[in-house]
Amino acid sequence: MSPEPTIRPRTLAEKVWDDHLVVKGENGSPDLLYIDLHLVHEVTSPQAFDGLRAEGRPVRRPDLTIATEDHNTPTLAIDKPIADLTSRTQIDTLRRNAQEFGVRLHSLGDVEQGIVHVVGPQLGLTMPGITVVCGDSHTSTHGAFGAMAFGIGTSEVEHVLATQTLPLKPFKTMAITVEGTLRPGVTAKDIILAVIAKIGTGGGQGYVLEYRGSAIRSLSMDGRMTICNMSIEAGARAGMVAPDETTFAYLKGRPHAPEGDDWEAAVEYWRTLQTDDDAVFDAEVFLDADELEPFVTWGTNPGQGVSLNERVPDPSTIIDPNERASAERALEYMDLEAGTPLKEVRVDAVFMGSCTNSRIEDLRAFASVIKGQKKADGVRVMVVPGSARVRIEAEAEGIDKIVEEFGAEWRFAGCSMCLGMNPDQLAPGERCASTSNRNFEGRQGKGGRTHLVSPLVAAATAIRGTLSSVSDLSEFAARETVEV
Amino acid sequence: MDKIDILTGVAVPLKRGNVDTDQIIPAVYLKRVTKTGFEDALFAGWRNDPEFVLNQPAYQNPRVLVAGPDFGTGSSREHAVWALRDFGFTAVLSSRFGDIFRGNSGKQGLLTGQVDEADIERLWAAIEAQPGVEITVDLIERTAAIGDLTVSFAIDDYTRWRLLEGLDDIGLTLRDEEAITEFESRREGWRPRTLPVK
Repeated sequence: MSPEPTIRPRTLAEKVWDDHLVVKGENGSPDLLYIDLHLVHEVTSPQAFDGLRAEGRPVRRPDLTIATEDHNTPTLAIDKPIADLTSRTQIDTLRRNAQEFGVRLHSLGDVEQGIVHVVGPQLGLTMPGITVVCGDSHTSTHGAFGAMAFGIGTSEVEHVLATQTLPLKPFKTMAITVEGTLRPGVTAKDIILAVIAKIGTGGGQGYVLEYRGSAIRSLSMDGRMTICNMSIEAGARAGMVAPDETTFAYLKGRPHAPEGDDWEAAVEYWRTLQTDDDAVFDAEVFLDADELEPFVTWGTNPGQGVSLNERVPDPSTIIDPNERASAERALEYMDLEAGTPLKEVRVDAVFMGSCTNSRIEDLRAFASVIKGQKKADGVRVMVVPGSARVRIEAEAEGIDKIVEEFGAEWRFAGCSMCLGMNPDQLAPGERCASTSNRNFEGRQGKGGRTHLVSPLVAAATAIRGTLSSVSDLSEFAARETVEV
Repeated sequence: MDKIDILTGVAVPLKRGNVDTDQIIPAVYLKRVTKTGFEDALFAGWRNDPEFVLNQPAYQNPRVLVAGPDFGTGSSREHAVWALRDFGFTAVLSSRFGDIFRGNSGKQGLLTGQVDEADIERLWAAIEAQPGVEITVDLIERTAAIGDLTVSFAIDDYTRWRLLEGLDDIGLTLRDEEAITEFESRREGWRPRTLPVK
């Protein structure tokens, strides 16, 4: 726990792993790792609590566990009963389970309710050097703080509830180094979409990714969370950024951040959470930030993305037969012709939200572009803050007014149209520029077509009605920088 | 999780290959919020066929499923194991299993024994000669026997040990509870706590 003397140079991920070893696995059996923070939501927890009940087991550490309602929650009329029976059952079940097992829960209507991956950081519960799990693949978000954070299945949720530990085999490590300075209009979202396009949706399988380099260092915590959030889309279990002054400044003073001597001790330890100079990663990837442009996906997996200035790729030029077939199928589903300039693609909807891009800075970036503008005719624009707190903060800054004057819908917090478990869905055939994380077939609604983009691209697209970057807007073309 | 060493019960021949987890339990049943009570969902797509083997009077209260090759392929849903277990099955024998299904089974007290395809055929013949006959599955000896016919099955040592001891994943971890408690006593004060609410 206190940093032990070590000869072997270690990566950030290895340091956090080592500091959570309860039992070292022998003869091929897994290590037993302690879990510092367990986040719970209504979709993946019911069977876990039911399993505890069947075996007569308590939640070992309710004080390391927190639950929120997010996947099924409506973003309109939140004071009314939830219409969908399955959604209501899942939420009612979580409420009963939280009550029975003594777990802290932030329900719909509560000021701390919101997407689980927005709530943890904003409460100051997510911090460097801890282990975080949740029955949700986007748990990788919390790695932005230098935490080891990963998604788990329902049996594992039960396991953590009962024991506060998990048996795990060590992950491999991959360095993703992004050097340089982002151009105006290029954001964290474009970095991670470019990374996934480069290594593929399976490129990170079995790895913990560590994002490094000057471009990562210069990002805010919200930007780092966007990047770590999508680590899973590259197939990785987790993504991490080493903590630094940006991390400490974000945390200080948050409700559950350490205070007084604890804060001093924590920061002293957190400063040791850097990959040692001589440490060796199992794999390394480099990306030049200077060259990056706003990115967009054209296909049906997050790796099928290109710069927005490019054209829809021609599958016949793809050598790998599996990838070629996948691209052909994707273009058919997306109703796109090879060779079409992406900026000519017209959308029906814009979704601004999800655990990838629904924090205050995301909303500010979106608002900075649409301010004083009107949305394109016939385009439905929905803005969904990641948490009730983010919504309140945005309203204090007048973002709700900017959104409404633009002609967009200002909604209550939740996962919303990222996966359409609530009524926020695309109609069959509808095309959406979305700040979310998955462009899978039917993800945002049966037959819906998703283009993953940054908040800035979402905003420019909402104004023009076709996939656009801020540089396509005359009033922004002359501007040196766009605040992100 | 109950311990398994030697079990005896009605054997059911499922003479189909490639029974994936969508066949074992269709997706529509995954919306439930419980971990038990899935007996009605088992093979739901086939159950309304009166000819289906589980609908035949001889095979009521079954205990051991003797299935064709590649049983439990496809989706990772743990519900497939729950449905078999809730229906009353304690063991499945097949010549090949889906990897994830087999892993899930071992963790939830369902024995999956790998039997040579020719031996599966022999077991089917023995069952059909005498529908409703009982089979004895001996996890200690790794054998399955109907009357004079005894075949052997493969199961990895670790899973076998867990089933013999009746240890689910949590039970296994709780054997290290002292180490967990000791670890907790060393945790620093700055680490996050969700309670009391701040």
